[in-house]
Amino acid sequence: MKYAYYPGCSLESTAKEYDLSVRAVCSNLGIELAELPDWSCCGASSGHSTNRRLAHALVLRNLALAERENLDIAVACPACYLRLRTTGKEMKDDFQQREELVNLIGMPYEAKYDTRHLLDIIYNDIGPERVKERLTKPLEGLKLVSYYGCYLVRPPKVVAFDDPENPKSMDMLLDALGAEVKDWSGKVDCCGGSLSLSKREIASQLVGEISEMARKAGAEAIVTACPLCHLNLETRQAAGGQKKLPIFYFTELMGIAMEIPGAKSWLKKHMLSPLSLLASHGL
Amino acid sequence: MQYVDKSGQAVYDASFLQRVKEASRTNIDCCYQCLTCSLSCPVAFAMDYLPNQIIRMVQLGLKQQTLTSSTIWICAGCETCVTRCPNDVDILRLMDALREMALREGVEGRERAIAAFHHTFLGVIKKWGRQHELSMLLQFKLKTKDFFGDIDLGIKMLLKGKLKLLPPRFRGSKGVRDIFQRIDRGLDGGERT
Repeated sequence: MKYAYYPGCSLESTAKEYDLSVRAVCSNLGIELAELPDWSCCGASSGHSTNRRLAHALVLRNLALAERENLDIAVACPACYLRLRTTGKEMKDDFQQREELVNLIGMPYEAKYDTRHLLDIIYNDIGPERVKERLTKPLEGLKLVSYYGCYLVRPPKVVAFDDPENPKSMDMLLDALGAEVKDWSGKVDCCGGSLSLSKREIASQLVGEISEMARKAGAEAIVTACPLCHLNLETRQAAGGQKKLPIFYFTELMGIAMEIPGAKSWLKKHMLSPLSLLASHGL
Repeated sequence: MQYVDKSGQAVYDASFLQRVKEASRTNIDCCYQCLTCSLSCPVAFAMDYLPNQIIRMVQLGLKQQTLTSSTIWICAGCETCVTRCPNDVDILRLMDALREMALREGVEGRERAIAAFHHTFLGVIKKWGRQHELSMLLQFKLKTKDFFGDIDLGIKMLLKGKLKLLPPRFRGSKGVRDIFQRIDRGLDGGERT
């Protein structure tokens, strides 16, 4: 299977470890990722929040580039995933809007291809059983909770490859890695997203609630698939009092369980080091 | 038809509801005030009006009150309301349309830092085609005059190589700038970005 890989802006910088782990894990599993040449920013939340046409145009440019390559897009960042899917769906459903936007960006586009999230590809196409076969170091004893956040599961008509209120794909994948996956109620709660910059007290409130729920469920760490959730969970947990929970990208844990060379180096980029937690479990 | 208050501000705008319905392309009239949206909203605690109240305000033509609210900017875009609304009202799309309208009409609400964030974010995309967090953060800090907030985080991120010093360079950046310029020049009604 081959995809046009759309890293998105965060995976080039603040979430570089996510990018590295995605590429390494996909290579190991036989998922070919060909980075989309000349990809540009999807507009993230600032696009659709202030200018709907701009948001569609910025995304459409990338959809058109992928169509040129005759490939579906594979994406790791859920915000990019939502933007790519939202515009993709509107271009499929609304021919008139498609024509206007194709004119605006000056590139041909026929809505032939699709966008998929890597959790979807790994869970549904590869499957936890095949992942289990490739493990050499099961994550025994590591108590985790899966944090899906918003855009992997909402809005269901646009993005859903899993249930919007109680998704299970990441849980099952982590279970296949040998970890002790705890059930909890914070799975799809919002971390505050980009409000973390302009209204940090809101993010602190939300992250405080999420991390408290994780602790109550018995988790030692939270696993996520989103660069901004990862950053918020790492940087907005309350100082003092309880020890902060480290945060993993699900692909990082796959890399550790599959003993991919260099996996530990990804973790060195974290703001909250998970290395001592892993060491305490002999991982 | 407009009523004005003592300071001359229009309180009621008869065309507001229709314009908002057209801009948001969602049927706000279906709302029967069940409050599922407001009760699901993770940031409702920080809002001045609840999402269900904003819907009612729009229906009543209370344009000034709506466009100056904190609510439309505090909305985190989490899509929870959209997912749970029993009448399929796309409340997030409504919030997007209200934000866009507020910007177009130059209405400054109570959350200037949030609007400034979006403006700064997009300004960097316009210039480089992809995000450059370092310059975006510096510009945002200058704009909001919050120089020392999170400075410890910023330094740590720099040292860990999470903030690239140099901006991104790739062929497609010109294509992105062209998109911004065509939209700025009013191919869709004169939007400022």
